[in-house]
Amino acid sequence: MSAALDLRAGAEALAAPFPALLAEAEHLAATVLLGDHGRRRAGLGDTFWQYRPAQNHDHARSIDWRRSARSDQAFVQDKEWQIAQSVILWVDQAASMRFSSDANLPTKSERARTIALAAAILLIRGGERVGLTGLRLPPKRGENQLAQMAAILSEDDTTDYGTPEAQGMLPHSRAFFISDFMGDIAPVEAALTKAADRGVRGALVQVLDPQEEAFPFDGRTIFESMTGAMRHETLKAGDLRTRYLDRLAQRKDQLSTLARTTGWQFNTHHTDTSASTALLWLYHALDGQT
Amino acid sequence: MWSLGPIGFAAPWLLLGLIALPILWILLRAVPPAPIKRRFPGVALLLELQDDDSQSDRTPWWLLLLRLLAVAAIIIGFAGPVLNPQTRTAGDGPLLIIADGTWADARDWGARSDRIALMLDEATRDGRTAAVVTLTDLPETLTFQSADAIAQALPNVQPNAWEPDADALQTWADSLSGPFDTYWLSDGLARDSRESLLNALEGLGTVTVFQTPRQTFGLRPARFDEGNIVISATRTPVGSAFDATINAIGLDPNGVERQLATVDLNFAAGDAVAETELVLPPELRNRVTRFEIAGNRSAAAVSLADDGLKRREVALISGAGDREGLDLLDPLYYLREALEPTADLIDGTMEDILLANPDVIILADVATFAGSEGEAVLDWVEKGGMLLRFAGPRLAASDVGRAQEDPLLPVRLRDGGRTVGGAMSWGEPKALAPFTEGSPFFGLRTPDDVTVSSQVMAQPDPTLANRVIAQLADGTPLVTRKVAGEGQIVLVHVTANAEWSSLPLSGLFVQMLERLAVSTRPASPDLETLEGTTWLPEDVLNAYGQLEDGATLPGVAGELLAEPVPSEALQPGLYAGPDQRIAVNVIGAETSLATAQWPARIVVEGLEVLRETALKGWLLGAALALLMVDIIASLAVGGRLRGPRADATVAVLLGFALLTAPAPVQAQDDEFAIAATADVVLGYVITGDAEVDEVSEAGLRGLSLTLNRRTSIEPAAPMGIDLERDELAFFPFLYWPITPDQALPSREAYAKLNRYLRTGGMILFDTQDADTARFGSASPEGRKLQAIARTLDIPAIEPIPDDHVLTRTFYLLQDFPGRYNSRDIWVEASPVDAEVVEGMPFRNLNDGVTPVVIGGNDWARAWAVDEFGDRMFPVGRGQAGERQREIAMRFGVNLIMHVLTGNYKSDQVHVPDLLDRLGQ
Repeated sequence: MSAALDLRAGAEALAAPFPALLAEAEHLAATVLLGDHGRRRAGLGDTFWQYRPAQNHDHARSIDWRRSARSDQAFVQDKEWQIAQSVILWVDQAASMRFSSDANLPTKSERARTIALAAAILLIRGGERVGLTGLRLPPKRGENQLAQMAAILSEDDTTDYGTPEAQGMLPHSRAFFISDFMGDIAPVEAALTKAADRGVRGALVQVLDPQEEAFPFDGRTIFESMTGAMRHETLKAGDLRTRYLDRLAQRKDQLSTLARTTGWQFNTHHTDTSASTALLWLYHALDGQT
Repeated sequence: MWSLGPIGFAAPWLLLGLIALPILWILLRAVPPAPIKRRFPGVALLLELQDDDSQSDRTPWWLLLLRLLAVAAIIIGFAGPVLNPQTRTAGDGPLLIIADGTWADARDWGARSDRIALMLDEATRDGRTAAVVTLTDLPETLTFQSADAIAQALPNVQPNAWEPDADALQTWADSLSGPFDTYWLSDGLARDSRESLLNALEGLGTVTVFQTPRQTFGLRPARFDEGNIVISATRTPVGSAFDATINAIGLDPNGVERQLATVDLNFAAGDAVAETELVLPPELRNRVTRFEIAGNRSAAAVSLADDGLKRREVALISGAGDREGLDLLDPLYYLREALEPTADLIDGTMEDILLANPDVIILADVATFAGSEGEAVLDWVEKGGMLLRFAGPRLAASDVGRAQEDPLLPVRLRDGGRTVGGAMSWGEPKALAPFTEGSPFFGLRTPDDVTVSSQVMAQPDPTLANRVIAQLADGTPLVTRKVAGEGQIVLVHVTANAEWSSLPLSGLFVQMLERLAVSTRPASPDLETLEGTTWLPEDVLNAYGQLEDGATLPGVAGELLAEPVPSEALQPGLYAGPDQRIAVNVIGAETSLATAQWPARIVVEGLEVLRETALKGWLLGAALALLMVDIIASLAVGGRLRGPRADATVAVLLGFALLTAPAPVQAQDDEFAIAATADVVLGYVITGDAEVDEVSEAGLRGLSLTLNRRTSIEPAAPMGIDLERDELAFFPFLYWPITPDQALPSREAYAKLNRYLRTGGMILFDTQDADTARFGSASPEGRKLQAIARTLDIPAIEPIPDDHVLTRTFYLLQDFPGRYNSRDIWVEASPVDAEVVEGMPFRNLNDGVTPVVIGGNDWARAWAVDEFGDRMFPVGRGQAGERQREIAMRFGVNLIMHVLTGNYKSDQVHVPDLLDRLGQ
């Protein structure tokens, strides 16, 4: 009895962030949701696309008599092609993402999850199937999928820097990765190459804290990673600034090049700017390719 | 005590600690600042980045310097530094303290007195005997007494309004015998007598001079220039540009002394003398009694105006009318010529002239008056006017004053008159007889060439002899005079032109007009006329520039006034002679001031006393402040003022800064307003005299306590009010004790006070001198009150009538005693139409609250209680005294009731009517 209660309490505490995350993501998605997500071409579907003169191969019962009665020709109603696309996503859950330079700013992780889930909401409302990389949550439709996704996205990873999971990507599907890409670049490269091999295209969103862009440090400092596993001591932090910024620019450049060669798109988002700009960019990046 | 320049050290050995500073420098330099740990995800990008400078980060030199300064300040601070350590060697032998004691000392006499007291203290400590002497009031013999006994009598030593007399000083200096040391407090003005006295004193011991460089101003007597008043002032030492305000003060038509005009006097930079012109209408100008440099407390800043500044208004009326003829035949021509330079002439009809109320009316050959003019003229004469009539053909032809004496003629006239020495008559033209003693013309020389050929003749009469003031050689009257009321009527028995006599052509004519006070005589009469006369001082100036009654002083011989040099015998002031007043001023028209120069061998010190100042606290405080700065600087150097936790650090620092910042003025104002308005608060005016202010507060505290106990008024603790700063509108009642030396409120404060009085506030003026002075008498407090009230908007006042509402607002009272029991309480006058109604005990008096209550009963002391509620001052004696205190309390209660409830008790006149109505 008491074990069950403990389990329940633990589960509720665990589940507590999901509605908030979901609500926030829905709120964000509401700013972008424009309408049903059609393919902008004739095909199988429910909504009217256009009238066209009946061809020989058309069944007689597909002729739209109301339209044809107004002229001498027979017309057929074309429907807009509506086909479900699979989109899989990966959000970096590593410790480095839990950094925030200011109490008023969200952590990178919060921002990344919000953007990812909002995009998922948009995609599911648009009729796509959305899932996570790896094998835990294959692409599906429906609200239930969102709840599960929120639950999984709320988990934290203990490693310092996350590596993208390239497993479970369906061929020719769409994908997007959200991370700070501060760790080793090799796994990212491997994942993107693998995705490109399978014809998967998508977008990379790099979420950075403003302090990571500015490096406003001075004096004798010991820098530690979020878990404390990595540390670097300097006597004059101010002197490191330009070199750090160079390296950061170099990292961005690498990612950008990598994205270009694999047909992906790359963007950097800062936690002190509005999340909806990142969501809009992401939405259009995915939309433009379909 | 070891000293270094003006700084001495109590524990100089500690200063050796300063040697350790260089070691500290090296130590501090070697230790780099502690590292700061930061969580930073970008550390992955930082890995393998090497510092350019492999050496450890050194503390920057300025931070080191800051710390060293802090340590040095601590070391020096504990070494006990003292600024101006008093290491003066104790003198021995008698000490003579000399103060010049002139008017120039008056401005800062308080400071001088303090300085003398300090010297006497020092002398007491050293066991020296001492004497204090002012050079304007030399003692006959110099006796040295113990210094503390001298200090007791120090308040009696006061400056005088004149300068030392060189001869007396020389005599005194010669009589001195030493040895003794001298401290000489100089007034800063150069004087010839200084040097000989200095030499004499130096022969007897060391001389130390105390003199402060400050500007001394002297206001020269005002003079006339083309109808304008020219005011000039001089100063020494000549400094930068300075603007002084000159007030012209005189009586207003109601006889109250007021500031009649103000003019700015601008000293240009580098100029010793400034001059300005003041244009005043004659009516106002004649009222001016003195000029003052505003805000300058010395006799030299006051210049009394005597008759010399007055120009009499003379009205000229001719009976000849507009006769077309030569100017030289005009009866008024010679009069105009004679009077124009010294008097203001008025022309017009008799009606208009009487309205202008001139000093003198001259009628040239006017025989009769139209209608009621004669009565009006007589009325004017009896109020002090002077009617000067000249004879002429019309007067000779008329029958005025033939049968009986005309009220407007001094004598009866015989018909016709006479003519001598003409073509149709016998005899020679008559010359003048010398003037007899008792005649106003006595002393004037009669020129031989003045002859009279025609005149009107006086009827012989018993009174005639007394009325003749000038006669011809054959004894016939030429000028007759009689007194009518306060004025006089003078008849010259010849014409005002040259038809009947050559008198108007001579200089004697002008002199006679002067003697008759028709025209104004030159300001200072010559020695000849002054000889043998005695002049009475009316007002004398004291050194502070205040006027005092001169009635207690003996009269002075006229010779002294010929070239007046103020001295003890001839104190500066206003002297009244037989028919003229002469002002003796400290500063003459040619006086120039110069700064005293002392020989190089004499030690000249300032008046300020250099007091010992312990610097330990300051140095330790500075060290603490430096360490605080060091904290901030260290944070900045260590990068802790930026980065994630910087905002917290800055917030803490800002918090410190805010804590130490003073509360803003606005908040203080609000606090004052809230304190004053949360309850009824009685206010008293802060006079600047700590004791008086304390008594005021205690008095109002006692009154508040009584009100609390006996009435429904529950005042909070009384508040002192600074008239310059505080808002008055919050206080229903102000108690204003008058002290002789309180400052006059500024213009803004006056505006505030007038607004306060107009909008229903009440001020109780208390001169606190009813034991020695009656109201309106010239006690110093009374004079101050007049000065203060001059600019105040106070309505007409009257002694408090028996039926004033103050007698019954709470208690029924007939006396209003304080510590003294004087009945001289003045309140706003009741309206003239208030009448006693049959059957009513009191009149229906003025509406509203009297804005002022003026008295001198020292109520505050009668009311005063200390913080335990005990009486602070005795009142009267025994049971009667307690009764008087009780009545005083009741007066206070009535007063506050009157302030707060107005005059509703006056409405009791309607009680019978109301009862009547209720009865029906």
